[in-house]
Amino acid sequence: MIEFHNVSFIYPNGFKALDEINLKIREGDLLALVGENGSGKTTLIKHLNGLLKPTQGKVFIFGRDTKELTVAEVSRYVGIVFQNSDSQLFSETVEDEIAFGLRNFGFSEEDINLRINFALRLFELEIYRKKSPFLLSGGEKKRLCMACILAWDPRFIVLDEPTVGQDFLEKEKLIQMIDLLRRKGKGIVIASHDIEFLWKLQPKMVVMKNGRIIAYSSAEEIFSNSSILDQSNLIPPQLVELSKHLSTKAFQTIEQAKEWIKKRVNV
Amino acid sequence: MKIVEFSNFSFSYDNGNYILKDMNFYVEEGWCVLVAGKSGCGKSTLLRCINGLIPKYYKGRYEGEVLVDGVRVIDYSMSELSKKVGTLFQNPDHQLFMFSVEREIAFGLENLGLDPSDIKDRVEWALDFLNLKDLAKRAPYELSEGQKQRVALASILVMRPKIILLDEPTSLLDPKTSLQLVNLLRNLKEKLKVTLIIAEHKLELFSPIADRLLVVHDGSIKAYHRVKEVLKNPSISSYGVSLPPLAQLSLFIEGFKEPSLTIDEMMKELRRFFNDRVS
Ligand SMILES: Nc1ncnc2c1ncn2[C@@H]1O[C@H](COP(=O)(O)OP(=O)(O)OP(=O)(O)O)[C@@H](O)[C@H]1O
Ligand SMILES: Nc1ncnc2c1ncn2[C@@H]1O[C@H](COP(=O)(O)OP(=O)(O)O)[C@@H](O)[C@H]1O
Ligand SMILES: [Mg+2]
Ligand SMILES: [Mg+2]
Repeated sequence: MIEFHNVSFIYPNGFKALDEINLKIREGDLLALVGENGSGKTTLIKHLNGLLKPTQGKVFIFGRDTKELTVAEVSRYVGIVFQNSDSQLFSETVEDEIAFGLRNFGFSEEDINLRINFALRLFELEIYRKKSPFLLSGGEKKRLCMACILAWDPRFIVLDEPTVGQDFLEKEKLIQMIDLLRRKGKGIVIASHDIEFLWKLQPKMVVMKNGRIIAYSSAEEIFSNSSILDQSNLIPPQLVELSKHLSTKAFQTIEQAKEWIKKRVNV
Repeated sequence: MKIVEFSNFSFSYDNGNYILKDMNFYVEEGWCVLVAGKSGCGKSTLLRCINGLIPKYYKGRYEGEVLVDGVRVIDYSMSELSKKVGTLFQNPDHQLFMFSVEREIAFGLENLGLDPSDIKDRVEWALDFLNLKDLAKRAPYELSEGQKQRVALASILVMRPKIILLDEPTSLLDPKTSLQLVNLLRNLKEKLKVTLIIAEHKLELFSPIADRLLVVHDGSIKAYHRVKEVLKNPSISSYGVSLPPLAQLSLFIEGFKEPSLTIDEMMKELRRFFNDRVS
């Protein structure tokens, strides 16, 4: 479990980016952080592995204060994929990039090999094995960052804007993967502006504004609350918008919308 | 007038596989063209061929030609070309280097040697337009990713290029800011006849302003047509092009002439559809 107790954070230039955050994240949770640009999502995420430490308040990871832990210690349990992939990649080849974390955590060479193969296959990066990470496309870099984290199988998986650069098929696969990870009991935190993706995921949503949490609820409740949407620069997904126009309960899938229309036509 | 034209054009980085293969297409002045396709299909590469980064900075096998405003890209100096073509890159860090947001936006204008009062006006306009006023004195590297993206965009817009290339421009923007961006681009297109070429996955957002959708797969062009025309073809999703939910739904309803992209279009079609069935 990860716990935020009254966490505030002020950047060195004096900017207060988190303001009295209280939050519990458990294994098996699927949580989405949403909110306008600059609302504090990335800053919050950087507290999840101790990369940033609260100016006030405390963050506990499995009961231990992050102030007493190193980023390396925490990372074994909390894997983070950052918004900007370029800042996370540094190795000569794609396979070295994945191996780096694994070596740090002391996996055997044999195990490392198996895990690299698994991760490359999972994200369809096998053909780039010997390529420099810097020469990948934007979406490929993002997938490589995810592959690195999943290779060491952390208990919490944190993805800052995972759909950046991903096409529709990749997004579908990502949704399935997240689903599987959640069923395996992983705690998953995703920051995203991609509302159509979020609507398919149906996570619990944490809405941020000016460093505060202004709402914590199901996707359905958040996307049907016009005051929250307004305050946080969100717009409803197309299916929610459509069901509103048709005065019916929000369609979660296209199939549901199809069924609804079929019924209306038959009677 | 053809403002951008690819003819028999192929490119591969470092003599590897061809990323773009025998491409032939053109863009009329004032069009908005969306470029879609799988992750890694070559969207960013295609944009780099228009702004000259290919072949000036990225080396490789370069065959055929790319024309901008009637002149071959390779015959421009970078500074001449960059006056015509502004680019918003996929990662804003690649284009921000000044110490304050306002200096960042003014930088290109100062290089052009514009009048200080003109510079001031344009910077003010951009700060206002992109909601950056509160951040004017902040350092770009101390901003959130979405804020950086807006700064990068502001510094391009103030240069008033004839052609703007945007590489996944909304991937870092919140949904309302993304909508504002679309409206802003609509303005640029309608009022100033700016040509827009946009690599983007979120078709539901941009298709209302797009004249054409270009689908790239395995280095070649699989479709280049009006958006709705392209989306009608069911095989298009195998090229990684996402049908927005409403478009998917409308393809299922028999009697829809074309896929609906917006709620208004969908409702209009649905009403007609229900009326037909009821009467
Ligand atoms: N290194 C920094 N120094 C000072 N202020 C910063 C720094 N990084 C971020 N900020 C500020 O903190 C606030 C929160 O930033 P953060 O990156 O957490 O936002 P975000 O919600 O992730 O935004 P986005 O959706 O654009 O990614 C913003 O107002 C930003 O300008
Ligand atoms: N500088 C480079 N050197 C070598 N290969 C590259 C370089 N940049 C991109 N690539 C490769 O070219 C292909 C197309 O990349 P890109 O144009 O960035 O794709 P997209 O923008 O469509 O996701 C990818 O397979 C990528 O790995
Ligand atoms: Mg962020
Ligand atoms: Mg790209």
